[in-house]
Amino acid sequence: MTALLPALTAQAKLRAHHTPDCACSPPHGVLADRPDATVARHGQVVAKAHAPGTPEPALTARLAAAAHPALAGTLLAPLTPRPTRLHDRLVTLWPYGAPVDRDDPDAAPWEAAAALLARLHRTPPTVLPYPLPPMRGPEKAARAVARLRAAAPHPAASPVERAWAVLPAWARDEAPHPGPPHLCHGDLHLGQLVRTPADQWLLIDIDDLGTGDPAWDLARPAAWYACGLLLPEEWTRFLNAYRAAGGPAVPADGSDPWPILDVPARALTVQTAALAITKAMAAERALDEVEETFVDACRRMAAVPPDLAPIGTK
Amino acid sequence: MQCPKCHAPMHTYNRNGVQIEQCSGCRGIFLDYGELEALTRLENQWSGHQAPPAPPAAPAYPAAPAPAWGAPHGGHGSHHGHHGHKRHKSFGHMLFSS
Repeated sequence: MTALLPALTAQAKLRAHHTPDCACSPPHGVLADRPDATVARHGQVVAKAHAPGTPEPALTARLAAAAHPALAGTLLAPLTPRPTRLHDRLVTLWPYGAPVDRDDPDAAPWEAAAALLARLHRTPPTVLPYPLPPMRGPEKAARAVARLRAAAPHPAASPVERAWAVLPAWARDEAPHPGPPHLCHGDLHLGQLVRTPADQWLLIDIDDLGTGDPAWDLARPAAWYACGLLLPEEWTRFLNAYRAAGGPAVPADGSDPWPILDVPARALTVQTAALAITKAMAAERALDEVEETFVDACRRMAAVPPDLAPIGTK
Repeated sequence: MQCPKCHAPMHTYNRNGVQIEQCSGCRGIFLDYGELEALTRLENQWSGHQAPPAPPAAPAYPAAPAPAWGAPHGGHGSHHGHHGHKRHKSFGHMLFSS
């Protein structure tokens, strides 16, 4: 890890055609340094070292999808068609894009995010040169629960486990998704959007890209809304923009989307709660107010299992 | 009766002679025809005004549906005071990570 970062920065520098006397504009430096990804920037080039153990064929297929003309204007295109190896990690190079402002909730690009997802979901997976693996949403939720189980006991773990137990097998990554496969991002949140110099929003981070249930990509904003972190107006703007752009995950007629969103939104709420508890334990601190919100939602979820029956009336 | 939105059982409460059905899951409130007017009349009795004429029958649904397990008040109109607090606390970190 320690040797990786300078080498990664060197790759970004090299690609940015850095010379000893070049006046390439700052800032450059480390954009992320987590166990699952290290990201360094130099000028307009970003180098990403993917998680240890990332399978090369899957990453190459995902990279080819991001580079494919059918997804131009939806996914940020890489600078190189294949990953390279560096200190036993696979590395990819990307153009730099400006992230969403973390300090300005009112400026969050909900409509752009929704339109990008709709476009991604509408793209037939068959246009891509290599078949994509399944999107990794359920796998990541299952991994978050596995990490919680591997950690020391915590009083909040039991409601999270109960909420997880009532989910169908596909949402727990124990069976394939039963529906028709759509292209999905697999890990949508506001850190997954960047703005190009041409003022165009694009989706980034292809590590979880693949085929599956497109409702999964809407389910994180849905969970934030259900847990009271998003205003009803923000959620409605996002959902309406997705529908207006022809997104196939929810009924186009404007009827209640929750029968579709319920299971993935539950899974992502469990994932968020499980990771929050694991992180709080590692830092030897209590859950904060927002993290408690997700555990509380898990408590209520366990009491009201997902309803797969047809919608009733009064 | 089951909630038309989340299907959880609804419980009937009596407030000043007005029957109100509240969902045990999503906390949504169902008002039968005339119940909203009855409530408005009661409110106006307190402030001394006359009740407005009854509009056509329409059940009082929340503006945006929310799941049965949602936070209390989640999706039931705009509670800026309630939501805004957590929204600002959570925005920078919770909405930007996996």
